[in-house]
Amino acid sequence: MSAPLLDISGLSAISTRENARVLRDVDLVVAEGEVHGLVGESGAGKSTIAKAVLDMLPRTIRVTGGRIVFRGRDLASLDRASLRALVAREIALIPQDPMTGLNPTRRIEAQLTDGMRLVAGMSRGEARERALALLEEVRIADPARTLAAYPHELSGGMRQRVLIAAAFALEPKLVVADEPTTALDVTVQKQILRLIRGMQERHGTGVIFVTHDLGVVAKICDRVTLLYQGKVVEAGTAREMIETPRHAYTRALLAASPRYDRPEHGCDPVPGSVVAGLEAEIARHDEGRAP
Amino acid sequence: MSLAAVLRRLATAAVTLFGVAVVVFVLLRVAPGDPIAMMIGPGASEADIAALRARYGLDQGLVTQFFIWLQGLIAGDLGTSISLRSDVLGLLGQRLPATLELAGAALVVALLVGGTIAILGTLARRSPGEAVVDGANGLLLAVPDFIWALAFVLVFAVFIPVFPLTGRMDPTIDMDFATRFFLLESLVRAEFAVFGNIVSHMTMPVLALALPLAAIVARVLKGALIEAMGQDYVLLARLKGKSELRLVLQEALRNALPATLALTGVQFTFLVGGTVIIERIFAYPGIGNMAIDAVINRDLPLIQGIVLAFGAMFIAINLAVDLAVAALNPRLRHG
Ligand SMILES: Nc1ncnc2c1ncn2[C@@H]1O[C@H](COP(=O)(O)OP(=O)(O)OP(=O)(O)O)[C@@H](O)[C@H]1O
Ligand SMILES: [Mg+2]
Repeated sequence: MSAPLLDISGLSAISTRENARVLRDVDLVVAEGEVHGLVGESGAGKSTIAKAVLDMLPRTIRVTGGRIVFRGRDLASLDRASLRALVAREIALIPQDPMTGLNPTRRIEAQLTDGMRLVAGMSRGEARERALALLEEVRIADPARTLAAYPHELSGGMRQRVLIAAAFALEPKLVVADEPTTALDVTVQKQILRLIRGMQERHGTGVIFVTHDLGVVAKICDRVTLLYQGKVVEAGTAREMIETPRHAYTRALLAASPRYDRPEHGCDPVPGSVVAGLEAEIARHDEGRAP
Repeated sequence: MSLAAVLRRLATAAVTLFGVAVVVFVLLRVAPGDPIAMMIGPGASEADIAALRARYGLDQGLVTQFFIWLQGLIAGDLGTSISLRSDVLGLLGQRLPATLELAGAALVVALLVGGTIAILGTLARRSPGEAVVDGANGLLLAVPDFIWALAFVLVFAVFIPVFPLTGRMDPTIDMDFATRFFLLESLVRAEFAVFGNIVSHMTMPVLALALPLAAIVARVLKGALIEAMGQDYVLLARLKGKSELRLVLQEALRNALPATLALTGVQFTFLVGGTVIIERIFAYPGIGNMAIDAVINRDLPLIQGIVLAFGAMFIAINLAVDLAVAALNPRLRHG
């Protein structure tokens, strides 16, 4: 197998705001063209990993160790400008909330084309053609009208389609999708999942797919990494994880899937003994390490 | 905003103005002081005084006086100034353009200066530069317009005389103006020497009026810009490689403006009020300057006319702000 698209090894980070560890020696490998699920309950550190890859960590989170190697380049070795240029060209983000991901005061055309013009140096006309083709590809019914629209004129599902089109606009090698369907209706969620999978397959793009939901993992991911409090609990192919889970925590989550993340739908589904085991692993990990 | 809404606003404005007229009329008649006593010498006879009273309608009862005045108002006649012995409407027509140009120029300068400070402060946020920008802005915020005016007079007219001290332009200027908007007209007619002369006369009063407003614009706009810079769409645009300056100008500014403009409107009415004292200091021939003389002379018709003119300006400013805010918001524009 050729070198992986993304190779994260031993990544550790602390939150200076909470004065706590956020990532604990995380290893994560994404192959070219693979959809990699990043799963864990709230606060597990999924978004922190996604942000580290995009170089958009908040100031209050500090990386304390490890490496992120993207297509053979260690991101830490790049200066700020080259890192920004690399991210702009080769990595894209599909955000969680389609309502806040689009600028309310700008037309869709401007928002969809500025990256193409700025990074790929396309002319206005070329960028518009490309935008129309992309909107068609994400199955928006009337691309020309959508380009002229403001975000408030589009439904949540439509906006997320626009954001997916924007993410794929420059043919990135890696797309980071941070819970791209949680803010949407259940029926729309399914369409969007299928759409991301379809786009990713056609373009041969690697995807980091952040989710709470193991049901989603089964549908769209090739490989999965399960986190608990910033530590990798189990990693493997989606099929292995779902059919032959090794860790008790994975089994507990599968038994509770897909509602384990919503305590209001029942009491905490992860048994106390499993949580105690996890806590013990965390304590063993932290032992003897500088705070 | 729809046309119907604008018309509704104008109707409300008319009612407001009428209310202002009533209040001012009553207050002025109740307050002590006699306009006739102010205009005649000590040697005038009782008969002369009575004749003058009759001439300006001051011998009538309060209610009758008000209705006479109101009748005139509806017919577009604001009466005759007692001290200047001239038609009030004509006086306003002569002086109002000077004040409008002064306040308008101050608004433009305030928005430019305040906008620049806000953008610099946003770009410098969380760096040592931010403290410098905030400090400078704090100074602007703390000093009122008339103190600036006096400081400017000392520095730029007395110690280093670069700007003329008084007036709207040099009296030697010989240009046939078609309007009283001298600044605009000289620019439109490409009389750049005259334009430059007017600008140099306006520089000190305009800056004195503009700086305090600029500081408020800067503070509010910077807060709104920094908030907008934390939005998801800005983060996404940053990932696409946009520079911070582009992010501020293309992504954040439009979203930060409505809140800023709404507040600027309120503050701008204070600026217009400030023209009274500033015009006085620089002997600038606007209605503010005229207002002070009118009050000193107890020139009731003129005071009423000036107050109505200020009231109309305030209402126009508020309406303009609402229209601008609506125009900036795509939701309102389409709805
Ligand atoms: N801006 C921040 N500054 C400091 N610490 C933060 C910040 N954002 C999150 N954290 C902390 O980092 C930890 C991991 O947060 P993260 O957002 O990565 O979790 P997540 O797995 O994405 O959770 P969720 O499913 O709720 O999005 C949490 O303990 C959180 O308190
Ligand atoms: Mg998250």
